[in-house]
Amino acid sequence: MAVFELFNYWVFAILLMIGFYAVIAKPNLIKKLIGLSLFQSAVFLLYISMGRVEGGTAPIFSDNAETALFSNPLPQVLILTAIVVGISTLALGLGIVVRIREEYGSIEENEIAEIDRR
Amino acid sequence: MTEIFGTFLLSLLVITAVAIVRTKNLFVAVMLMSIASLLIAAVFFLLDAADVALTEAAVGAGISTVLFLGALALTFERERPSATKRALPVIVTVIAALVVIYATFDKPRLGDPEAPVHRHVAPWYLEKTPEYVDIPNVVTAVLGTFRGYDTLGEVFVVFTAGIGVLFLLGYGRVTRSADEETEINVGLRHHLIPRTVGRLLIPFILLFGLYVQFHGEYGPGGGFQAGAIIAASMILYALLEGERHALDVLPQRLLLGLMAGGAILYTGVGILGMLLGGNFLDYSVLSDNPVAGQQLGIILIEAGVGITVTGTLLAIFHAFAARER
Repeated sequence: MAVFELFNYWVFAILLMIGFYAVIAKPNLIKKLIGLSLFQSAVFLLYISMGRVEGGTAPIFSDNAETALFSNPLPQVLILTAIVVGISTLALGLGIVVRIREEYGSIEENEIAEIDRR
Repeated sequence: MTEIFGTFLLSLLVITAVAIVRTKNLFVAVMLMSIASLLIAAVFFLLDAADVALTEAAVGAGISTVLFLGALALTFERERPSATKRALPVIVTVIAALVVIYATFDKPRLGDPEAPVHRHVAPWYLEKTPEYVDIPNVVTAVLGTFRGYDTLGEVFVVFTAGIGVLFLLGYGRVTRSADEETEINVGLRHHLIPRTVGRLLIPFILLFGLYVQFHGEYGPGGGFQAGAIIAASMILYALLEGERHALDVLPQRLLLGLMAGGAILYTGVGILGMLLGGNFLDYSVLSDNPVAGQQLGIILIEAGVGITVTGTLLAIFHAFAARER
């Protein structure tokens, strides 16, 4: 059916922009990081959706491997490592936010900018 | 049927994402983020990406939630209501979303076996894995040997991020005395249900982590997932028994050693290959039989990945947990 053929990509576009909205419109730094995580998840969804092959299975050989059709393993490898790198960079971002709160007493972007102007 | 279920999950995902952005309570947003991760992990599973689904469930729904909560405990739980106008960002994002959706009409339909992405190098990997490496899980084969350079890079990114967090937040030394009845010392030990259930679960989570580590060549799994699962079991232990007990089991110095040790093990395997006459990260020379050498190399570097990921995630967790507000 036509709806299912591109639905994953539409969800990718919507999710990407919801995350992007949180990054540009929300002054709260933790909310920005949450938005960035959503943005990242959307990109993961795009790659994994592209790797799918109709009627395929996960790219793991089993005994009847001769006839089996597999989905594309390459996007999966890329995204697998990207998820773990994503959590590491997220931790770094949260560490910076915690230090900003200790220095400024706030994690709202506009308040921090105001303190800087003084 | 799978398509309908996937569509349902993706619709739920969009609703959750809207709720995450709209709520002013950051605690609620973090919890919904965990649900979103679980939903997207289920979607990955439906899209045949078992390895990725396992990683997303362990990392996205588990570890990242704990880190967000740790950061919330050190900052504020509520967002300040802001008076700024939001019209411009809404217009920009809606237009951008429409442009991206318009672009998707040029994409091959989902699951099209003739799509360009499936006709380039991917068939080569599927065809040659049994010949060169002879392990069932192609994802692990590509990750460990064909694209071993990339994975080494990723391990160093994880390591560097861990070092960065430790620089920002300190080593996480617990300075208060051991007799004090603080949360750092006792955790949730006074609560019957978390204590009973948690103590039951921890050994099994640990065992599952080791299974995922050592079974990564045959089924979904590998060092990244196992590292996250093992770290999750130790974080659960720290929450139940208190920070100090967890640090008695795995002291911060040991965690630093694990962080560096895994990366060194990985690089060492690469250099060993050079010393034995091959290229950097060429495992074929590790054994008389090139295929057996490849398998040995993958087991070693996966162990290195697992060690670094466990050490880094736990060191980051303790750095957040030990910092005082």
